[in-house]
Amino acid sequence: MAKVHVEATLNGNAVEFLCETRQTLLQVLRDELHLTGTKEGCATGDCGACSVTVDGRLMCSCLVLGAEVQGKTVQTIEGMADGEKLHPLQQKFLEHAALQCGICTPGVLVAAKSLLERNLNPTEEEVRYWLAGNLCRCTGYNKIIEAVLDAASEMRRS
Amino acid sequence: MQETRYELPKTLEAAVALLAGANGQARVLAGGTDLLIQMRGGRVEPALIVDIKGIPEMTAIAMDNGAYRFGAAVPCMVLVENKEFGKVWPGLVDGANLIGSIQVRGRATVGGNLCNASPAADTVPAMMAAGAKASIIGPKGRREVPIEEVATGPGKTSLAKGEIVASFLLPKRAPRSGDAYLRFIPRTEMDIAVVGAGVNLTLDDKGVCTHARVAIGAVAERALMVPDAAAALVGTNVDAEALKRMAAAVSAACRPIDDKRGTKEYRIKVSGVMARRAAEIALERARRKS
Repeated sequence: MAKVHVEATLNGNAVEFLCETRQTLLQVLRDELHLTGTKEGCATGDCGACSVTVDGRLMCSCLVLGAEVQGKTVQTIEGMADGEKLHPLQQKFLEHAALQCGICTPGVLVAAKSLLERNLNPTEEEVRYWLAGNLCRCTGYNKIIEAVLDAASEMRRS
Repeated sequence: MQETRYELPKTLEAAVALLAGANGQARVLAGGTDLLIQMRGGRVEPALIVDIKGIPEMTAIAMDNGAYRFGAAVPCMVLVENKEFGKVWPGLVDGANLIGSIQVRGRATVGGNLCNASPAADTVPAMMAAGAKASIIGPKGRREVPIEEVATGPGKTSLAKGEIVASFLLPKRAPRSGDAYLRFIPRTEMDIAVVGAGVNLTLDDKGVCTHARVAIGAVAERALMVPDAAAALVGTNVDAEALKRMAAAVSAACRPIDDKRGTKEYRIKVSGVMARRAAEIALERARRKS
């Protein structure tokens, strides 16, 4: 099967890959580029576990074709920490124990980061609505919300 | 599995030529929030995917002398975040802001919502109430049709082979106009409408309704215009009595099915309630602009 050649920017680095036309961005990230931080949950856009940003826009990578990111900038969970230094959201998730099994966590973090880039002072309600597309089957929602609000508060101070 | 060709044309003419000349199943890719799921489920196996996001008209929002035109491939979140657009057409933003999650709205488009032809599509009654037209381009040129003439039934549209909805045209807004869309779902987010209602109205300087459009979704094989409901508002102050008559007209127009989301009787009753509440919001928005 003929493959598509794609060049993009991934977590700040130039990257190129070959993919089949039907491969999703999620499949490309995990199976071709071996970046397995982005998780597959439902693969139908309902759970948010595969959340990434493309050109700054939050989306489910299971609902994007790999071929579509030609020339675009993709950010995944792997680009969130600065080397060994965790992003404030990641640090607060540890402090608040805002995860149990951890499968939803990369998607939640990517989505929360996207919210804080737009609004560094969200209300609890705004955080809950923004994260409505990120399902957690361990039902750790309260701690997730607390961690996001705490991270926002710390980021406002710094 | 057959091979799937992916094309990213830069012009409408090129996209139309690709679709019109396709052998086998061809699909337009806008946000992909329906198409990719259908492909994954094996319901469609396109030989050709035409990604229309490289076409300027399809991704632009433009305002000319008070009249908006926006591309069929503009993601819902881009519309939602456009503050000027939201001031003029808050009811359209209501609809666009209810589809799926933030992630889904980052991809999903009004054009896709229309052409996927679900009777429960959230942007469609709002667009119909607004009096929007679809600008359709195909092998025989361009035509403009009211939104209500595009979807004909579940998954079915009036588009001919090779035709694409390129953009949407909204009329210039009269002063003291307001619109709103409401849907009923059993939870607060991430669900499909059991009933949806869009209302758009204009008041004169004395607060009398001079123009109204009412559209309802998820209560028939496609979204419906309800002229009788609009007529119940025109000439009134949109008082309780007028709203009651409008709600009755909405309920009378429903021809829903029973399914897991709601029974026939329930949908018929709730459609009137949703339309009344949407009209009250539209009224308040219109008054705020006086």
